[in-house]
Amino acid sequence: MMNLDLSFYSWDIISKFVLKGFYFSILLTVVSTLGGVLFGTVLALMRLSGKKFLDVPATIYVNGMRSIPLVMVILWFFLLVPAAFYNALPWGLGQNYRSEISAAITFIAFEAAYFSEIMRAGIQSIPRGQVFAGQALGMSYGQNMKLVVLPQAFRNMLPVLLTQTIILFQDTSLVYAIGAYDMLKGFETAGKNYGRPIEAYLLAAVVYFVMCYALSWLVKRLHKKIAIIR
Amino acid sequence: MGSNWDWQVFLQDPGGEYPTYFQWMMSAWGWTVSVALLALVIALIAGSIIGTIRTLPASRALVAFGNGWVELFRNIPLLVQIFLWYHVVPAIFPVMKGVPSFILVVLALGFFTSARIAEQVRAGIQALPRGQRYAGMALGFTTVQYYRYVLLPMAFRIIIPPLTSETMNIFKNSSVAFAVSVAELTMFAMQAQEETSRGIEVYLAVTGLYVVSAFAINRIMAFIEKRARVPGFIVAGGVGGGH
Repeated sequence: MMNLDLSFYSWDIISKFVLKGFYFSILLTVVSTLGGVLFGTVLALMRLSGKKFLDVPATIYVNGMRSIPLVMVILWFFLLVPAAFYNALPWGLGQNYRSEISAAITFIAFEAAYFSEIMRAGIQSIPRGQVFAGQALGMSYGQNMKLVVLPQAFRNMLPVLLTQTIILFQDTSLVYAIGAYDMLKGFETAGKNYGRPIEAYLLAAVVYFVMCYALSWLVKRLHKKIAIIR
Repeated sequence: MGSNWDWQVFLQDPGGEYPTYFQWMMSAWGWTVSVALLALVIALIAGSIIGTIRTLPASRALVAFGNGWVELFRNIPLLVQIFLWYHVVPAIFPVMKGVPSFILVVLALGFFTSARIAEQVRAGIQALPRGQRYAGMALGFTTVQYYRYVLLPMAFRIIIPPLTSETMNIFKNSSVAFAVSVAELTMFAMQAQEETSRGIEVYLAVTGLYVVSAFAINRIMAFIEKRARVPGFIVAGGVGGGH
């Protein structure tokens, strides 16, 4: 049995190594959730449109993404996004944050496939009568979706969307594959610099656990609250 | 881009253990399948036990233990869990030193997935009408007996669809083993890409193998589902989610 020594984790070290990664993990989670839900909703609408030329590509995209391991998708995007794209980004962002930007693109594209399935279920959970009611009021398809169906679908699916966001947050650690500087990397770097890798991994696990546990507890509460109102 | 493809890269000699990249890739596929299947065995055993424990009547301590297990393994990212098994566990328990990283990854992936399977087993048991439990009791069965003969056989049939997606997830998640240098497909892809600079061909082949594996699992599970179907029952699944 070895002795664990967490005392070297002063605030200085945390702020020097971990915070930068922590911010990126949070930023990546928020950006990919927003982008993923947006793109996912478009995919869901394509699949529900009843038009073959929209439905078929969306279905292939969603099922394709869902059958490849996320790590492989991360590697694919890292390989395929052309250097010209990074060079075109302002303020040298593309040169300094290539892995991070590639990770964000990957997560938006990948999570959209999962969010689209959630949104599809949400849209299908809205009674047909509401769509007919909207049509009877003279609403166009777009108005009907924007004003009647999507707000309710989004609300009904909110707990599931948030649960998926927690999974997404956990998955952001996989940007390890392309060397992006996320929270896990931050802990790892601190641990390596001070010769305490074991404590670093333990602390990382504790931080991830506390954050995910707290978030899922909140989602559970929200779920109950929504369930009472309905 | 299409005309630039060079599939002969798989016939080149990587200059190591294997005569060609193709043979190296096949060996990597074997490692992926081994990691996934062994982890699945652990996940099924641990998940079934924990899931069952969480539905036992009048045993608060066991239920709390089961809930704690699920929360613990569900709320830490898989990659972090793999690092815990690889770096932390051998340091704290010297017995684990010298255990190959392949075994540690199997344990990590198995326990990670066991939490999710435990959720499904619990949901499956709780989805059964209460009357089935009481019927078992009325027949004079002990708790073990009515679980063994009444509840579990039905519950496991109900949860085959979510188990199918979990099994496919294990195959996909086994890719995380690259992080501790297990010679599986993702590790192969990264190394072969580096060595040959033929990333697209290598990634396409590896992605294809993942898809083939997942599809094979899907078909096997569909066969099991068909054979295990209880006549007269409309089996509803749908505890999905995650990747």
